Amino acid sequence: MTTEASRHPLASLPRLPSGAGSVGLLFVALLLFWLAVNFVKTPADFVEVFLIGITTGCVYALVALGYTLVYGILELINFAHGDVFMLGGMVSATLAVSWGLEAGQASLWPLVILILLISMAFCGLLNATIEFIAYRPLRNAPRLAPLITAIGMSFILQNIALAWKGPNYVTAPDVLPTGDVFSIGGVSYTWNKLIVVLITVPVLLALVWLVQRTRQGKAMRATAQDRDASAIMGINVNRTISFTFLIAGALAGSAGLIYALYVTTVRFDQGFQLGLIAFTSAVLGGIGNLPGAVLGAVLIGLVQAFNEGLGWHTPGSDWTQSIVFSILILILVFRPEGLLGEQTPEGG
Amino acid sequence: MSESPPEQPRHVETRGAAPEVGYRNRARAAWHSQSQERRWAIVIGAELLLAILLGLPDTSLGIGVALVAALFWLPKVTPIPWRLVAEAAILAIAGAIAGAGKAPWSLPFVLAIAFAAWWIPTRYRRWAIPLLVILAVVFYPFYLQRLFEMPLFGPFPDQSTAVVMLVFIMMAVGLNIVVGYAGLLDLGYVAFYAMGAYTAAWFASLQFAEHTWHFGAVGVSPTLAGFHVSIWLLLILAALLTAMTGVLIGLPTLRLRGDYLAIVTLGFGEILPQVARNGDNFFGTGFNLTNGPNGITPIDSPGWGNRISDATGGFLPSNYLQCCDRTLLGHQVSSADVFFWTALVLLGITVFCSLRLRDSRLGRAWVAIREDETAAAAMGVPLMRTKTWAYATGAFFGGIAGAYYGSFKSATFPGDFFFNISVFILCMVILGGMGNVWGVIVGAAFLSYLDREGLANTGSWINSNINIGGWHPNIDVPLYASGIYGAIILIVMLFRPEGLIPSRRRAMEFHEGVHDEPLYDSTGS
Repeated sequence: MTTEASRHPLASLPRLPSGAGSVGLLFVALLLFWLAVNFVKTPADFVEVFLIGITTGCVYALVALGYTLVYGILELINFAHGDVFMLGGMVSATLAVSWGLEAGQASLWPLVILILLISMAFCGLLNATIEFIAYRPLRNAPRLAPLITAIGMSFILQNIALAWKGPNYVTAPDVLPTGDVFSIGGVSYTWNKLIVVLITVPVLLALVWLVQRTRQGKAMRATAQDRDASAIMGINVNRTISFTFLIAGALAGSAGLIYALYVTTVRFDQGFQLGLIAFTSAVLGGIGNLPGAVLGAVLIGLVQAFNEGLGWHTPGSDWTQSIVFSILILILVFRPEGLLGEQTPEGG
Repeated sequence: MSESPPEQPRHVETRGAAPEVGYRNRARAAWHSQSQERRWAIVIGAELLLAILLGLPDTSLGIGVALVAALFWLPKVTPIPWRLVAEAAILAIAGAIAGAGKAPWSLPFVLAIAFAAWWIPTRYRRWAIPLLVILAVVFYPFYLQRLFEMPLFGPFPDQSTAVVMLVFIMMAVGLNIVVGYAGLLDLGYVAFYAMGAYTAAWFASLQFAEHTWHFGAVGVSPTLAGFHVSIWLLLILAALLTAMTGVLIGLPTLRLRGDYLAIVTLGFGEILPQVARNGDNFFGTGFNLTNGPNGITPIDSPGWGNRISDATGGFLPSNYLQCCDRTLLGHQVSSADVFFWTALVLLGITVFCSLRLRDSRLGRAWVAIREDETAAAAMGVPLMRTKTWAYATGAFFGGIAGAYYGSFKSATFPGDFFFNISVFILCMVILGGMGNVWGVIVGAAFLSYLDREGLANTGSWINSNINIGGWHPNIDVPLYASGIYGAIILIVMLFRPEGLIPSRRRAMEFHEGVHDEPLYDSTGS
């Protein structure tokens, strides 16, 4: 049995030569310099973009947590997760349209909460079903096999959405209030951004409570640490894994609702792209690490917002995807355990 | 339909869960607990039912399904004379269909050749059957016009479609080296394809019009602006450049474990097309590398030039586009024919290299790494170097295929290099059988045909023939191509992970399980 530190799948990777570390530091220093210059040039824009980044990061965090939960317990990259999120967004958008949600309506918030619960339940069950169909039969196969079925599953889900809604954007009603929460020196913080945070934070707290404080959470942590030993201890491993997928799917469902209401458009192929970004966030924070996923997601949200919003020497939104993937590659090469990766999976 | 003895799944290692995990193994166990007669009766019954169901809207499809099913059952007709009788019966039915004018005479003819090939003694079959297949493929343009139309899938592909199919087969064989031999999941193979296509585009088009440099190009005026290098040299250059890209991508990332490697290659596969899309104006510097979303077009076509063409008596055409004003065996040789034969030669080289590599020291090292990294490293296999070679070799063939395709299509667009293509090629490898070149070729031929023509034809068949109580479906089948590939991947991985034509060794790995726990401490090179 290996020690806890080297148990992490990537922790014991041989270190690169020390020169690589200073290159990385130089890179970070350049990045900070670039941010500082942008801040001095246009402080109001900078803060505004920063707030947008935090909001985007919240959505990413909910999706990234799903990747990290599943990876922690099965060491499997669930490629289909982004598409589960997308289907959650579509279900939410469809319900919001068919129930005729309108901004300022008296029964708006109970309905939004109801849609949130439906979307979470739908995505949770969907994710657990995917595990049952596509991953569980391959648990003893070579480890690339479930990864390949995950890709297949992702394509199938995309096409289900395509068959359901067609290739165009599905529009959700724009119901979130857009008034200012505060406005200081040209920087305004709007209600819709705050609401995204207000929905995300309780969900995150509930997740932390679930994993850290409940019996089921303890079973999840035990299964993540050692599947054989937890089976011996009387934990139903299959049910625990199903439960983890259920929780991960529910998080994706909540992200789907938030995305549908905040961005107001969903398309069948958006889930895969956003899923990759969220996966990058999870790797950035240290995959298998719950606080790390949130931190990584917020950082990636900020990177995206800065790249698309700032004025001085920014590559622009054409390059966002490339930048995010470059971060992914750099992290995997230079610090594969992620920013907070030294902890054991599942935050335990 | 191969009948293996009832086998208990053997697991080297069971991690926590019971050995019989999931519905799949339960179904398999239930199936094998039936008696053989019963299983055969069920299968024959299902096939008859399918043939009747499909035959109701379209009689030829029902007959086709029954015919294919009968072909699969033929080897089971054990006393040899009876098989002869069965074959004669099938031939008689096919002849009757042809005689009634429902199908061309090529149908019984093809069947007769296939049956004859089956009777070749085992001793000669080893080289006779490949020879027959090669002959059939080489002479494909000559008899294409006379071939029968397949039910459901429509007519056989014409030469231009066949060129595209051959290019995709080449890429699948290249990817097979990475995924099948070395067991490294590469989700960004499209990057190599793009690299090859853009190499051809840069050095054989008007893209860099400020320079004028000609080297062996045919079919363009000697004063035309831009680089114009002979396509044959460009194929090699593209292959080398792409292999170098493969090494550059591989060196930092191949230390990562399988699934991380997959995601990093996916990242590269997404970055390179984005560079191609945005590369018409790099960060506002005005440097136009890739001409952005408009792509680079036209690209010069291949050709051997007048001197070589005359020296070979016109056998090697001087310019592929203006080819050819001569007939061969009563067949007017067209430009597409020449492209087809050239692609065939390139594929032949690829397959030859792939097979020789598989049996080489390097190939055995790949297989060793795939099966057990720890043991391979302990036996002195340098992990990094071996993996990098797999990567570079796979990329090499992807580069050739990309450059040839660019020259054939005379254009390259960033939209051709989506992630879907990577998965599409991966799907070919998985469907055919990871690690088995012949399986991969069959899988790639089938899927690329589906992609180019088959799906559209199937869609129109479904929409025009299915009528359930007055309800006609109106499904745009090609729109759901990626979903169909996803379903193929899923079903194959779940129920026959070794693919249609498996390599025996790979099948054993899938059924017995392997130790591929991560290993990082022994990345010697």
